[in-house]
Amino acid sequence: MPPVSVDGFPETFRREGRIVVVGASLAGLRAAETLRAEGFRGTLTMIGDEPHEPYDRPPLSKQVLLGLVPPDHTALPRRRAIDARWRLGTAATGLDAAAKEVRLADGDTVPYDRLLIATGVRSRPWPHELESDLDGVFVLRTRDHAARLHRRLSAGPRRVLVIGAGFTGSEIASACRGRGLPVTVAERGPAPLVGALGGVIGEVAAELQRAHGVDLRCGVQVTGLEGDSGGRVRRAHFSDGSAVDADVVVVCLGATRNTEWLAGSGLGAGPRGIACDAGCRAFDVRGIVTDDVFVAGDVARSPHPLFGYQFLSLEHWGNAVAQAETAAHNMISASVDRRPHLWMPSFWSAQFGVNIKSVGVPPMADQLLVTQGSLTEHRFTAVYGHQGRVIAATTFDQGKWLEFYERQIERAAPFPPEFPTVDRRPEGRHPIAAGFPDPSLPTHGPTVTLSGHSPADRRLSFTPRRA
Amino acid sequence: MTSASPLRQILDPAHRADPYPLYAELRKTPVVRDGTGPYLVSTYWEIQELLHDPRVSSDARNLNPEAAAFLGQEEEDPNLPPTFLRLDPPDHDRLRDLAMRPFGPPHTPRRISDMRGELAGIVTQLIDGFRGRDHLDLVDSFAYPFPVTVICRLLGVPREDEPRFHVWADTLAAGLDPVHGTPEEREAQRETLRRARADLAAYLAGLVEERRRSPRDDMLSALATDHGPDGRMSPLEMVSTAALLLIAGHETTVNLITNGMLTLLRDPGLLRRLRDEPALAAPFVEELLRFDPPVQLLPQRTTLADIDIAGTTVPKGASLWLLLASGNRDPRRFPEPDRFLPERPDNQHLSFGSGIHTCFGAPLARLETQIALTELTRRLTGPRLAEDPPPYRRNAVLRGPRHLPVVIEGLAD
Ligand SMILES: Cc1cc2nc3c(=O)[nH]c(=O)nc-3n(C[C@H](O)[C@H](O)[C@H](O)COP(=O)(O)OP(=O)(O)OC[C@H]3O[C@@H](n4cnc5c(N)ncnc54)[C@H](O)[C@@H]3O)c2cc1C
Ligand code: HEM
Repeated sequence: MPPVSVDGFPETFRREGRIVVVGASLAGLRAAETLRAEGFRGTLTMIGDEPHEPYDRPPLSKQVLLGLVPPDHTALPRRRAIDARWRLGTAATGLDAAAKEVRLADGDTVPYDRLLIATGVRSRPWPHELESDLDGVFVLRTRDHAARLHRRLSAGPRRVLVIGAGFTGSEIASACRGRGLPVTVAERGPAPLVGALGGVIGEVAAELQRAHGVDLRCGVQVTGLEGDSGGRVRRAHFSDGSAVDADVVVVCLGATRNTEWLAGSGLGAGPRGIACDAGCRAFDVRGIVTDDVFVAGDVARSPHPLFGYQFLSLEHWGNAVAQAETAAHNMISASVDRRPHLWMPSFWSAQFGVNIKSVGVPPMADQLLVTQGSLTEHRFTAVYGHQGRVIAATTFDQGKWLEFYERQIERAAPFPPEFPTVDRRPEGRHPIAAGFPDPSLPTHGPTVTLSGHSPADRRLSFTPRRA
Repeated sequence: MTSASPLRQILDPAHRADPYPLYAELRKTPVVRDGTGPYLVSTYWEIQELLHDPRVSSDARNLNPEAAAFLGQEEEDPNLPPTFLRLDPPDHDRLRDLAMRPFGPPHTPRRISDMRGELAGIVTQLIDGFRGRDHLDLVDSFAYPFPVTVICRLLGVPREDEPRFHVWADTLAAGLDPVHGTPEEREAQRETLRRARADLAAYLAGLVEERRRSPRDDMLSALATDHGPDGRMSPLEMVSTAALLLIAGHETTVNLITNGMLTLLRDPGLLRRLRDEPALAAPFVEELLRFDPPVQLLPQRTTLADIDIAGTTVPKGASLWLLLASGNRDPRRFPEPDRFLPERPDNQHLSFGSGIHTCFGAPLARLETQIALTELTRRLTGPRLAEDPPPYRRNAVLRGPRHLPVVIEGLAD
């Protein structure tokens, strides 16, 4: 069959086209479902390197580690049948954009008319290979990781060391405390969650951890992991000269984008992801938008009009779903019917009995104001400002108000907000510095990364623009 | 809208049986200042927005004097301090969290689902009581007694005291109607109400104390003995909260069950479907909530700042009337809003409110109504409405039929 183009022939394409989705997880599945729901009847191939059917990751660091949900009970609910050819357990190893073919690890090639890239991210490993191979050293990104870690936690380790207090590290520490296990958390920054939420909220997170019995050590780096003669980890050494005995170490140093397989493909893919336009179409290395390759989910970098059209990389469940739906819609629609992906960044986390939610892009902020509740009560709404506008908001156990602040962000409402609220306290009279670390220093914390205005991303270190 | 006061039209009993054309007219101006003072909000997205706006207070003490007088706001009652329904954070959150601990997730996720058998038992008993009768008033003989009995069991009121509870519940529910009659009659009504409140408060205070000393497996015992991380309610707060659960869950559930039977009896096809497919009960009840909500509007909120909404600036200190029942019929939110479609997708109606005051008892109300309607349709043979429309109570806020006279041919087992 000759390749089928969409523009001009949307009906033929919907009937006979070939769509390949690489990455069979949240974004991949939701895109496939949307394609079928919107009338795509051609062939659909799902390529995923994990052997499992699509499953959900947020429970892995929460209910699964607590033992409330078995790791294999996390399959994503299906919205509808997708009638796809599944190639699970098979990685894509290359892309020939000219020939329109995806190469697979088993030597096969799969041709496409339109391609969706949804390969997400993976955990950054402990940088010293010999140390990371020690028995008892874990990362947490996949169901298999969670199953192994859960098994080890159930065996009753004497102490768990979590390296890195971003969201995942903090949730793991919380689950360990929930199981009564002694936990040490080592964080290079001044407090947990500083990269994502800033130093002021980070302090609250630190109080929470300590109140729940976590041995929290901030401003230190782990300099080495030491094993015993049997190759099992037993001790960690810190930059301040101290050491901690631990028989489980969980490395939570953030994520890298799964883009290596695109090397040489000509796409604008790099360690920060694949740049795409608001319509989810991938850019090539020259900064020219492609018309048959689309991107969605954690692997994407896309420009956002509410945030100065900077490219945002989001590791947000809700973004993966929304972007997948938009990408799928656009893949089978003629240009005039396409939609932009204008998702308001939003994120949630559950740790130490508190529900944390956030909307907008906190790391872009210079100031913060508590408009409701109180930091000391660990129950509050904090609004972030950037150049006199509301840019983000975070709640601790006050998530029901977020909708309002989302609208404030959309309307670029003035910051600091002057209005009284149902629970504005004296501490909420004056804005304070939000306390984000110097953005040029790499952190493993933020789940939203601003990555400038350029679609090409081949630099390893990047300083986001801040006014 | 021709009248300067749509609000008076809403309150006019002439519109009680079918207020929906009035709402449709109102939606032409989503936010409008009524001649009598309050701002009426009639469209879905605007109501939704205001329910999530932290510049809008539910605290009765923030009501402006005219609004308070209009709503017949009682002076503060030392026996029953304000409940969390009428409080803002942080008090609202503290009390609601404490009340939730023995009622729902995360601490007591099974309380409601574990009551299923007991609810079914109460329903069976009430329907068994219809035996040998061909004329029934479904309100007095079913929809009224059912929720009170349920709330008594939930709180842990001893069976022998349940009849007293029924009397208080009826009196207090009647008190939600605006008072009318001669000045003497009005004062007498108010006096009856005050006495009922005082008696109920005294009774509950005694029961709380009893449960504190010898706890059982019920909500009052849990409230009285539970040591949460945020402490405990004061005894007075426990009494208030228990009274709130009784009042908030009573008339509302009565109306939902009654409206449900009215809708079913008006449409034999629908009745047959529910009888044949009991799994339809859950979506049926959702559509019922949207279509004919027991709480038609929320008249108690006050703005703490100027709020721009739908092209209007509602000034600080204004009283808001949020017309939930109208928002549920907003065509910008629900396609074909005036049709009853039990399988309507994405049925996020406003009937339980939204935001921090979202109905606390919604899971219980849903379960009660699902069981009630399924059992009534299954067991009543040849049911017909004896009067259509049925007589409605005066109350425009908690709107529902005062009686629902039906004729039946018999009773299945
Ligand atoms: C432990 C944990 C907790 C989380 N908690 C939250 C939370 O509370 N709230 C929130 O908003 N978000 C949370 N997230 C983030 C959320 O899960 C992600 O945003 C979401 O999974 C992104 O979906 P995705 O499909 O884009 O990417 P992924 O889920 O990463 O899926 C990508 C898939 O592609 C596969 N793949 C990669 N390369 C190839 C290749 N070359 N060939 C074939 N397949 C490939 C990967 O193995 C993977 O299966 C959490 C994530 C984790 C790991
Ligand atoms: C069909 C039945 C019911 C309907 C339609 C209903 C409707 C509502 C609505 C609209 C609100 C919001 C009020 C506001 O925002 O000002 C509310 C609040 C409330 N309801 Fe219900 N309700 C029902 C049944 C119940 C039951 C059975 C209970 C108790 C067991 C209950 C307890 C409460 C409480 C305590 C609140 C206050 C919540 C708060 O302020 O946080 N309700 N209800």
